[in-house]
Formats: sequence, C-alpha cells, structure tokens
Amino acid sequence: MKYKIKRILAYTIRNLYLYKRSLPRLMEVFYWPVLDLVVWGFVSVYLSRQEGLPDFVTFFIGALILWDILFRSQQGISVSFLEDVWSRNLLNIFVSPLSPSEYVASLLLISIIKLILTSTVMAALAWVFYSFNILTFGFTLIPLILNLIIMGWAVGIVTTALIMRFGQEAEVLAWGIALLFQPVSAVFYPVAVLPRSLQTVALFIPSAHVFEGMRLVITTGAFPAEELIWAGFLNIAYIVVSILFFSWNFSVVKNKGLLAKVGE
Amino acid sequence: MNKIVEVKDLTKVFNGYRAVDSISFDLFEGEILGLIGPNGAGKTTTLQMLLDLTTPTSGEIKIFGLELKANRGEILQRVNFSSSYISLPLSLTVEENLTVFARLYNVSKPKGRIEELLKVFEIYNIKDTPTRRLSSGQITRVCLCKALLNNPSILFLDEPTASLDPDIADKTRTLLKKIKDENGISMLYTSHNMKEMEEMSDRVIIINKGKIIAEGKPDALIAQYKGESLEDVFLKIARQ
Repeated sequence: MKYKIKRILAYTIRNLYLYKRSLPRLMEVFYWPVLDLVVWGFVSVYLSRQEGLPDFVTFFIGALILWDILFRSQQGISVSFLEDVWSRNLLNIFVSPLSPSEYVASLLLISIIKLILTSTVMAALAWVFYSFNILTFGFTLIPLILNLIIMGWAVGIVTTALIMRFGQEAEVLAWGIALLFQPVSAVFYPVAVLPRSLQTVALFIPSAHVFEGMRLVITTGAFPAEELIWAGFLNIAYIVVSILFFSWNFSVVKNKGLLAKVGE
Repeated sequence: MNKIVEVKDLTKVFNGYRAVDSISFDLFEGEILGLIGPNGAGKTTTLQMLLDLTTPTSGEIKIFGLELKANRGEILQRVNFSSSYISLPLSLTVEENLTVFARLYNVSKPKGRIEELLKVFEIYNIKDTPTRRLSSGQITRVCLCKALLNNPSILFLDEPTASLDPDIADKTRTLLKKIKDENGISMLYTSHNMKEMEEMSDRVIIINKGKIIAEGKPDALIAQYKGESLEDVFLKIARQ
C-alpha cells in the first residue's frame, strides 16, 4: 500500500513539474477560465442593469464557475494523459511498476489539484470584479461541486480510454467531449427551456440536476435535496461505468497491441 | 547459468495474422541475448509481450520463475526498458525526469543514484537542462540512465543506439557491456545493426515471419550459414 501511494504521488509530481516552466500549460489552468469569467461577467453585469430581469450576476457567474469545475475536472484527466502521448513517454510509464489503476488514481489527483487552483482564482476574481461571493451558496456548494467533479472524472476516464483505443485522431475528444453535455446540462438556463425530448435526456445527466439545484438555492435559498440525490445516484452509475469501460478498453488495447502505437 | 526468462510457445495473432508464431526461448542470468530479424518479423511484438504491453494470444512467459500476468508489478519492479523510439517529457529537466522514475521504481537515495548514472554516461553537465534542449543522442543516454535507475536484473533494449553517432554508440555499447559484467544484468537486445549485435550478443535468436529460424552464438551462426559476418547470415535468411 505504501509503495502504491508513493507511485501515485510520483506520477502526480511529474505532472506538477510540467507546469513549472510552461506558459501554455499555465494558460490552460488560468488564462481561459479567467477570460471566460471576464467576458461573461460583464455581460451579466450589463443584463442585470436592465429593469425587470432577474439577478444575472449570481446566475451566470455561479453557473460559469461551476461549469468550469466540471470541464477542468474532465480535462485534468484527459490532458494529463495526452502529455505522455505527446512526449512519447507512455511506454516508459506502462513498463514501470505503476499499475493502470494507480495511473488513473494519479490522474484524478492531478485533476483535483488543477481544479483547486483554477476555482480559487476564478472565485477570487468574481468576488473582486463582480462582488459575487461563491460561498453564499453555503453548505450546498460542497455537494454541488462534488457531483460536478465526479461527472468530470467519469467523462475524462472515458475520453482517455477512447484516445488509447483510437490514438491521437481521437485527441479532439479531450477538448470537446464535455461541451457535448453543456446544452443538456442547462448551465445558463432552466431545463424547462429545453424541448421535451432533451428534457428527458437531461433527466439522466448529473450536471443538469446540479445546475437546477444551483438555481433553486439562488431563488429560494432551499437545499436542493431531490436534485442532489438524482445527481448523486447518476454519478455513481457514471463513475462505475467509466471505470469498467476503461478496464475493458485497456485489455482490448493490450490485445490489439495498440498501447505502443498510441503516440504514433 | 540460471534461466531468468522462460518463454514457451508464445503466439500472437492480429486479425488472423500470426505476428509471433509459437516461439520458445530462454534468457539466462548475465547473458546478452540478441533478437534479430527483418522488419515485421515479430521482434517488437515479442518484446512488448515480455513487458506486458501486449497480451499474448497463447503461450507462457515466466520471468524470475514467476508468471508475468499474475506478477506484473513485482516483475516490472526488477526489470527496465529503453528504446531510441521513446522519449521523456520535454519540459522537465533531466534530473526532474529521472527523479520521477526513481520514485516510480522506489529507488532508495534517488539523488545519489541519478548523479552516479549521469556521470557514468558522461552527461552530468546537462543535469539541470530541460530535456527539450538535448540532442537525440543525449536523450537516448538519459533514457538509458532511466533504464538503469532501479538496478534492474533484466534490461530490455529496443535498438538503443539507433540515434547515436558512431563514437557515442561505441561508448554506449562498451558501457552496457561493462554494466553487464559488473552487475550481472541480463539483456534482451534488438538492433538492425548486425555488427553491433555480433559485438554485443552472447547468443542470437533470428526471427522471421514470427518464427525462430536460427539460434546460437554469433560465431556458430556465421559458420553454420557459411558467411563472413552476422550481416551475411541475416541477408541470407531475409532473402530466403
């Protein structure tokens, strides 16, 4: 067990080294989230000044920060994997004693570290620029964030498995697959706005329940128990399925001899 | 000598194509075994199966007397691999890259071990240099340092000198032989440089179309095929 943890930490440290002297990587963690926040923040301020409209700053900026948690959680996994593909280092990793489950565990850890950095900066800037305090969500913030992180992990694990299987051609998934969930997650609008068929789809998307829950907290201050229970159960299913898929896919990749070819 | 790797009836079939066809061989303690053959002969697939990167269709692999699939972690802790076709994260310095692997292999006193290896490979001066600024020859030597970090009992080397100039390649071969003699490391070695294979290998296995077609000491194979060098033997076999 001690060596397992050592190996997981070793690989995590590798990923932290990467950010030490790489401006593009730091941009991935800070630049894009901050840019999103600035643009959408001012749009929200403008809209909130119009009479008869609801409190856009709270809705939009809250949604933006929470969406970014899901997005970064997924990217924290997929992009860290791609780092090994780009640097032709994947074989070095997989011929080491690091097991596939330890590898995934360290990807999850990296994703959390990146998330903490991004979210802290975003929350601080939202408070400075727009007087938006994310902590006004109170205790509810914890289950909201946890659900988004777990969903991001599930999507990230599946994305990584697909890149392993289909090689660098599938790299685009690392950047785009979370966005596929955005329309049905009802991030910036209520689920009721969606057509009936998409409302049914949204019922099975954990993040849709999280954002409905967020809006309930903002408008009524009530704890969104029902939405969080839905999100929680769906997330358990998502993460179990993603791990099973990764595990099955890994054995297929080894059977087909694709592991050595991922970076080609 | 003790058998350290035992391969029995190893087969790999990709979509009906038998890339490796029922091969059996052993690697002995302190031996350098050369694996040679034309492109597509099955050398890399064999190496990948020995490192658990590719799952065999059938057959048995035992390393240190342990079945590979069931004892992956324990076995990989005691072996290592280097190839001129792989690299290391370019943003990290040489020392950072080696530190990560030292931790992955749970090397005790990693700093000392890293410095020792960098000196052996005459690249101590680039310890703090980001890997992206290294020449391909320097990267190859850093990868060889990585491969020796854990004092492996077996080293799997896939064309380790392919990107080195003749001088550095010669120094590397001398060094690998010295390391083998001093530490008793066994090596499974692939290369397309037949002169190198003749110089390095205690024994050679020639693979073609997934099958072992000849096996023995380089001198014996040269005599058997009535050639003047291992290259003659290779050409005769490849053109058969």
